[in-house]
Amino acid sequence: MTTFLQALISGLGIGSVYAIIAVSFVVIFRATGVLNFAQPALFILGSFTTSALAVDAGVPFFVAVPLAMVIIGLVAAGVERVAIRPMIGRPVFSTAIVTIGIFIALLIVAFRLFDSRPRTVGDPWQLNSICLGGDASAGGCAGGVLVYENTIARIVVAAVVLGLLVWWLGRSRLGLAMRATSLDQEIALAQGVNVGRIFSIAWAIGGGLAALGGVLLAANGGVVQATDALFSLVVLPAIIIGGLDSLKGGIIGGLVVGLVAALTSAYQPIYAPWLGPNFENVAPYVVMILVLLVRPYGIFGTKEVQRL
Amino acid sequence: MTETSTQGSSAKTRPDRDSTRRLTGQSAWLAPRSELDADARRTRVGRWARAGRPRLFTSYAAEHAIFNTRYKRVWMLILAILALVAPFATNRNVTYLLATVFVFAIAGLGLNLLTGYAGQISIGHAFFMGLGAYTGAVLGGRPGNIVWGLELDLAIVLPLAAIIPGLVGLLVAPIAMRVRGLYLAILTIGLLMLGEQLFKQWTSVSGGQGVGRGVAEPVLFGMDLGGGYRIGPLIMTEQVALYLLSLVVLVLVAFGVKNLARSRTGRAFAAVRDRDIAAEVMGVPLLRTKTLAFALSSALAGLAGALYSMLIGRISPEQWNLFLSIDIIAVVVIGGVATISGSIIGAAFVVLVPKLLEALAPMLPFLGGAGSGGLLNVYQLQTILFGVLIVLFMTLEPRGLFGVWVRIRNYFKAWPFKY
Repeated sequence: MTTFLQALISGLGIGSVYAIIAVSFVVIFRATGVLNFAQPALFILGSFTTSALAVDAGVPFFVAVPLAMVIIGLVAAGVERVAIRPMIGRPVFSTAIVTIGIFIALLIVAFRLFDSRPRTVGDPWQLNSICLGGDASAGGCAGGVLVYENTIARIVVAAVVLGLLVWWLGRSRLGLAMRATSLDQEIALAQGVNVGRIFSIAWAIGGGLAALGGVLLAANGGVVQATDALFSLVVLPAIIIGGLDSLKGGIIGGLVVGLVAALTSAYQPIYAPWLGPNFENVAPYVVMILVLLVRPYGIFGTKEVQRL
Repeated sequence: MTETSTQGSSAKTRPDRDSTRRLTGQSAWLAPRSELDADARRTRVGRWARAGRPRLFTSYAAEHAIFNTRYKRVWMLILAILALVAPFATNRNVTYLLATVFVFAIAGLGLNLLTGYAGQISIGHAFFMGLGAYTGAVLGGRPGNIVWGLELDLAIVLPLAAIIPGLVGLLVAPIAMRVRGLYLAILTIGLLMLGEQLFKQWTSVSGGQGVGRGVAEPVLFGMDLGGGYRIGPLIMTEQVALYLLSLVVLVLVAFGVKNLARSRTGRAFAAVRDRDIAAEVMGVPLLRTKTLAFALSSALAGLAGALYSMLIGRISPEQWNLFLSIDIIAVVVIGGVATISGSIIGAAFVVLVPKLLEALAPMLPFLGGAGSGGLLNVYQLQTILFGVLIVLFMTLEPRGLFGVWVRIRNYFKAWPFKY
């Protein structure tokens, strides 16, 4: 039972980070119709920037994170302006390939600018933990549930940020303009929406969220390297499970993937060791394939209407 | 109306048929193909009319010939001779690189069939390459302590290295059929990830993570290619033999894909790519077409994987990853989507440009050594250039290097006019 609770809580913690990253994909996809494979690079740049600000420059952590989000948001908006804007009207796959190219280039930039040594993001939580209902005197947490502070922080931050974002996108004129743009760019233009600005804003939000996700994922007391960018690929099943164009889907998909990964890493070595180590990294893909078999557009995704 | 009945009645109804043809231009419905071509031959245009007009075609068949102009035929012959001579005229490294180009071209042609012609996206091609490589290694390799090996002849191994990935592609296709566009792209990434896990775990096939295994023995029709032969003045080392093997396979595959693309099946692929629902309305069976595209493309990837594994000599389960898939996508994108020669040019570009950079590195002042120092080291430059090139090609020249070539050709064709 404690194993289950422990897995559940850590799964929710990591799942809320995945939810943030998934929403960062979805925001961009909804407004511009681009699946941004460069997101992992923005994510790693986000945690590196925070590290440079908080650890090297001595800026307080809670100032460094928003600052890094703004910087990466600007980077993302710049990338959109330079490389994605010329692709408007081209097939989605072509644009997706462009973002793969950007991913490769940005990853090297991240590597070159920051990765001279293992980095930490300087978060205040580190490996502090709380022991619920157990005996913490012996250093461990006998008979109870060990909850890391960073797990709590992840859940709280994700809930606040995503709640505010969903509320804002649902209520504001800008959110409305975004939805109009995602429905039909030309008609939105005809209604007076500045579509170019919507694209920039969507990418900036996506970049900022990716940076936040990067910081939260790195805030586990360990170090972060450029190759960790590939970790965020595990978010791809999350957005597919939820549906590419649904914010709600992104959040739920992220939580599902986090829980699946945590439960797999807790139980698979006991019950199915033949699946091998690190199976929790691919288990979300199994879930994704199963979901796609039943619902080809994810759980909350809009079914594409086909006309001749 | 069946073809035989047309032929039987054609002699009698000939005037009728000709008038229908004049009126509608729909003669292909009424006349059998052979008669049409005979008509085309009868109405042959004089030599003077052809001069300077290489694209003057007087029949459909002539326009859709594999080499539809004389220049293409001549140049292809010259290229073929050059390709045959190359390994004997250059050193080992160049031979190895060119063989790698051929292998990437085979994989690129496979992906082009699926993505370029049939419009189905796959980022999981590295998985099928890995499958082909391990099929080859298990069937043709030597057994080790933990790994299987049957030591079969390449004449059996290579076809099976295409057939088994093709069958797996056939199994995957119905799942892939259900999803479209970007969902399919991510589904194939999932396939890639699961495949990587499978390769890592199945140690009796792959040798396990970080260990790897040997590959198929180069024995073709009972002849050991690894030994080194002397044929007249020429020395056939293992490198050269593998080079020639890859070349032959590439030529066969290229002609096969070209032929497929201009057949009924190829047109069905293109119809599905352009608008799958419209294609279905017109009577193209969607399931069968997409499944066929998947299976053929996976088979070619498997073949390429088996050849590639033999070139590099030792394979480990980690190398069939996302970055290999991206390389193959780059072959297609940089070379030119839905073109045969484009895939080969693209493969040459993707394989050779990094090596060229490596050779030029000492001359570039801003490059540092392998460690730190300098703005970038040569590997970082390679990678960043690769990414930037993908972006540039997609934004500026969507038809890839093939498009660049067509533009240059048209410029000289139309010279001194602009168009």
